[in-house]
Amino acid sequence: MLLLILKRIGLGLITLFIVSLITFVGVEVLPGDACTTYLEREAYGAALDACIKRLGLDVPAYERYLDWASNVVRGDFGYSLSGEMPINEVLGPRVKNSLVLASVSILIGIPLAIVLGIITALWRDKLPDIMISTITIFSMTIPEFISATLLILIVAIWLGWLPGIVIIPSDATFYELLSNIILPVVAISMIMTAHMARMVRSSVIQVMASDYVQMAILKGVPYWKMVFRHVLPNALLPAINVVALTIAWLLGGVVVTEVVFNYPGLGRLVIESISNRDLPVVQALAIILASIYVGINLIADLMTLMLNPRLKSLQIRK
Amino acid sequence: MESNLITEDKQKNKLEKAFEILKTMASKPSGLIGLTIVLFHIVLALISPYIAPYDYKAISPNTMLLAPSAEHWFGTDSLGRDVFTRTILGGRTALTVTFFGSLIALLWGGLLGIFCGLVGGKIDDVVMRVVDAFLSIPWILAMLLIVSLLGTSTEVLIPALGFFYGKGIVRVARAATHDVIAKDFIVSARARGHSNMSIIWNEIIPNVRDAILVEGAMRWSWMLLGFSSLSFLGFGVSPPTPDWGLMISNARGLMSFAYWSVIAPIVGLSSLIIGINLTADAFAKALGIDRSTKAPV
Repeated sequence: MLLLILKRIGLGLITLFIVSLITFVGVEVLPGDACTTYLEREAYGAALDACIKRLGLDVPAYERYLDWASNVVRGDFGYSLSGEMPINEVLGPRVKNSLVLASVSILIGIPLAIVLGIITALWRDKLPDIMISTITIFSMTIPEFISATLLILIVAIWLGWLPGIVIIPSDATFYELLSNIILPVVAISMIMTAHMARMVRSSVIQVMASDYVQMAILKGVPYWKMVFRHVLPNALLPAINVVALTIAWLLGGVVVTEVVFNYPGLGRLVIESISNRDLPVVQALAIILASIYVGINLIADLMTLMLNPRLKSLQIRK
Repeated sequence: MESNLITEDKQKNKLEKAFEILKTMASKPSGLIGLTIVLFHIVLALISPYIAPYDYKAISPNTMLLAPSAEHWFGTDSLGRDVFTRTILGGRTALTVTFFGSLIALLWGGLLGIFCGLVGGKIDDVVMRVVDAFLSIPWILAMLLIVSLLGTSTEVLIPALGFFYGKGIVRVARAATHDVIAKDFIVSARARGHSNMSIIWNEIIPNVRDAILVEGAMRWSWMLLGFSSLSFLGFGVSPPTPDWGLMISNARGLMSFAYWSVIAPIVGLSSLIIGINLTADAFAKALGIDRSTKAPV
């Protein structure tokens, strides 16, 4: 068991290492280096020399990678070109803002998805299922920027209930954030909930068709007792992994949503740093976002392992 | 002579089979709706240059932000361009880019996946590690990086989209190959002395094709989503190309008093994505493949 956990963590670290290599090599191989890209037409003479000196572009690439990687491991991402300050200082408030947005969305989204998934599964092909399933299909297929734009158009412009665009500095306090994130949270959790509800639905349907549930029905176990004692624990377990993958996949959607609502999080920083051609920040973001992805998957793997006694014994036998 | 007959027979069978799959797909309302929408968009994309009433890039200060009327069915945008013209031409851009992108994704993802599933061992391990690593970089970051370094043009966008949406197909193709490879007919083909290429072509591909095609159909809708998101963020096709994502992002700032120029592309893009999704779902069901428990990775 412990060995298995260590192995999973090891694989995650290897993945991160490859990601760092890919981003580093990608920036190296593609035309232009950090300095010429950043300075664009002013990339000559003293300015270029100074920039090259500052970023250490005059040393060989592998040395730079080792240098950069060892700093990243110690939690130092280097200097931002456009902000002229340590990347850590740029990242700090952004990470916090995105965390607030993401955790509020997840806190609303996961319970809602479980409830909706169960309802649609238990009333399969009946009116509640048809209605909820149609809505979930719509909200999971329509691109984030469209649902966000429509939310602004309907709620903020036509109805005038909420401000459409978030106007807060990136170092806003927690309470300032909370009052401003209603629409972004709705936009993100809508898509997330739809994806997860569909998975919970099919998982519950699968378990409902299994032999032991049929047995419970034949034995005369009361319907709701059967649902809560026998169906749900077995149905929600396999959904954990899929939910984790979905959350990780939605990172890209969060970027778009943050841009639409002008929300000062990591996502908008991605766009800003790429528009400013600030490659050191882009590299840092790639590592951070990939770590989030790997981390979420790792947690999901471990949770499934711990919650599933069958898998545990299986691994011991191996 | 006889072999000729057999191949002819096979061809006919294939056509019949394809027709039957279409029939199964259309037998359910959701599949029928999906097919209709996709077909409508494809036909519209093919004929749009001939039926477009205005020039899509003709800027005119006299016709700025006009409300929908008999002359301008969907109104005009902030530069005085006809929204109807740009909306129907936008479908052409979206379908062309994502069609060729999906084709590239299917080809390289499918072939690499089959190769990995076939050889197994160390090579397979290493390749899958790299694919996993690519999967863990958010697609949007990777796409933005490529586009910002290489420039926004369809020659860059199509291969880049094809590459990033193909990595998920590698997994599916590999898993499907794994399922097939242990079966008796592969073993007997080996025993008959068939070469690896012939086994791939005659035994494996026919058996994994369905799974890969279904995955490709799903990827198509995600790629459309990714492509229009890029355009929306200003990193997709460059103006004045008529493109839905670009139109929405341009019209968004003015939608408090000119909502028509944002509604038309929204309806176009949403309907196409929903149509492709419904079609892909129906396609999967007609082939007997269950995708409902899969994560969208």
